[in-house]
Amino acid sequence: MEKVLFLFMRRMRRPLVLLISVYAIAIGGLVLIPGQDDQGQVWHYDFFHAFYFFSFVGPTVGFGEIPYALLPQQRFWVSLMLYLTVISWLYTIGKIFGLVSEPAFIRAMQEARFIRAVRRLQEPFHIVCGYGETGSLIVEALSARGARCVVLDNEPARLDDLELANLPLDVPRLCADATNTQVLIEAGMRLEDCLSVIAVTDSDAVNTKIAVTTKLLMPRRVVMCRAESSAAMENMASFDTDHIINPFDVFAEHLGLAIRKPHVNELHRWLGARAGRKLAEPLLPPKGHWLVCGYGRFGRACRRYLEASDVQVTVIERDAESFAKAKDEGLKNRIVGSATDPEPLHEAGVEGAQGIIAGTDSDTDNLSIVLTARAINPRIYTVARQNHRAEGELYRAARLPLVVEPSRIVAWRILPLATIPALSDFLARCRNQEDDWAAELLEELREEMGRRAPAVVSLRVAGADCQGLRHAVGDRAVRIADLAYSPQGETMPLVPLMWGRDGKYTLRPAPAQALQAGDSLLLATSERMAHRLEWLVCHSEHWGSAPGTQTRLRPPQAA
Amino acid sequence: MNLDKVLFGFFVLLALTLNVGFVYGDIDTPEHHHVWELFAALVVSLIATVLKFGDRSHLGAVLLASSLVADLHLVAAALVWGLNSQVFAAASEPGVVASVVSLACGALVANLASVILLVVETLTLRR
Repeated sequence: MEKVLFLFMRRMRRPLVLLISVYAIAIGGLVLIPGQDDQGQVWHYDFFHAFYFFSFVGPTVGFGEIPYALLPQQRFWVSLMLYLTVISWLYTIGKIFGLVSEPAFIRAMQEARFIRAVRRLQEPFHIVCGYGETGSLIVEALSARGARCVVLDNEPARLDDLELANLPLDVPRLCADATNTQVLIEAGMRLEDCLSVIAVTDSDAVNTKIAVTTKLLMPRRVVMCRAESSAAMENMASFDTDHIINPFDVFAEHLGLAIRKPHVNELHRWLGARAGRKLAEPLLPPKGHWLVCGYGRFGRACRRYLEASDVQVTVIERDAESFAKAKDEGLKNRIVGSATDPEPLHEAGVEGAQGIIAGTDSDTDNLSIVLTARAINPRIYTVARQNHRAEGELYRAARLPLVVEPSRIVAWRILPLATIPALSDFLARCRNQEDDWAAELLEELREEMGRRAPAVVSLRVAGADCQGLRHAVGDRAVRIADLAYSPQGETMPLVPLMWGRDGKYTLRPAPAQALQAGDSLLLATSERMAHRLEWLVCHSEHWGSAPGTQTRLRPPQAA
Repeated sequence: MNLDKVLFGFFVLLALTLNVGFVYGDIDTPEHHHVWELFAALVVSLIATVLKFGDRSHLGAVLLASSLVADLHLVAAALVWGLNSQVFAAASEPGVVASVVSLACGALVANLASVILLVVETLTLRR
């Protein structure tokens, strides 16, 4: 920025010197040439009148001959100088326009505006690097939940999309290379209000660079990264990246979970959805024999989690090299061939299989695999990986029970981490619970909220003993159930999910549990009630953090 | 030899010499201070200022500042002169002349500072 300003001034030297010189010559000449006043006396222009005269002659070509009519010799001089001043003005103005429309200057201005916008946020925000498919989903969802974001991307076209996205909150954005440390600092990485840096570009190398930069400069900043290769994941883990999200791993984990503990998986879907949204049908993938087509990163992750869920897996892979790798990894059931043809599918036993995963990196192949398999075995459960968001229409038309969209999976994983870290922690603990436990909780949620997604609220009790509710409960200690108190006597839906005291966390605490200062709470409730709780938190000095600071509350991760 | 440096040194030094030329003489004697010299000093000082634009070094910043100070003084001097000659018709009053010259004297100090800085910079240049 500074550089461009100096360059601007340096380039303005020549036109300004020209302008000053031309005016000096013009004024000096006019003062020297004798004229006549209205009585015919000899009259010389003084410097003041000469300056006045050329001040209007130069840019506007004049009001007339002021204060007295000029003599021919004066007119000679003025007509000559008139052209000179007009030309030097044109030159100067042209130069200014040229400089202002220069790309470097425009960029510098954008950068300055971006820095100012970030400084002016004055509330907690997230830095999202990469506004591709994942980034746009994250920014949209964060804005809808009232969290501020700052976006970095090096594709101008993507930032144009952001401009047209019609988000409820203003999102400062800069077209720049996020691997550049200076750019990250300009985006506010060092500011106190920066909650996290979310690296979701489509390159593992770029994400790694962002993570390492942030962790070196600000070790306590939360960094969330998308990574697709195991090498990048290990690398990121080596410098304590807080959350590394591999979309294939996450999907495979949930597929395994849906087979093994369908209710636990359902709980993830319920609590992760936006509050008030109508819930989709539950996912119930069958147990038994599954075919995995394509044995790349995705296929490998699926096989690992499926086998962990006691599912028999047969892999179909076209590429001999990947096939050899499958052999090394001790995979017993494997077929070489393209799964888009019926023969390898027959060979793999598609007639008797319960499910098929089309996980190649080609959308056309995946759709073809699924349709071929379904033609042979109409009852087969189909899962297909969707690589490009633009193909969504085709995948919807194929009526698949489960579509794998890596970008959506990453966004879905990052959202609770960014908005309600306690929810991520809760869900991580749920994955270790029995399915019946989750079924009971789901039943309770359904009774309270119906088939709409609940709003999840995380609170910390700050006052000595919840005096904000003292008038409502009388002398006894405030209990969790008292939070549902309403002055109008309505019954508000409230399901306590997790209660923490002194670093110990209890899942599904009893509503009669008494609260004291320092306790943290995670509640599922209706949207209206969530607003009320936030109001209570914000407007009572005895209740703790405002919604923005809730997200700073980070209980230790489940082991 | 760098033509830019020649021009730069020329204007900075000329601004000082013209300024001295204008100020030299009895402070309140109109005959000792010619309006043309004030005009020339002002124009050259403005050009010197523009030539100092866009220098990122610390010295460049100080040079620009001293030039701006000189401009300010000279513009004030010209305003006092112009107002008194055009509006009050009192340009030859000893008091008016004295105030114009003393304002120009301030500019002289600033121009002197400029030249000293320039000389110091030149001397510290290694060949």
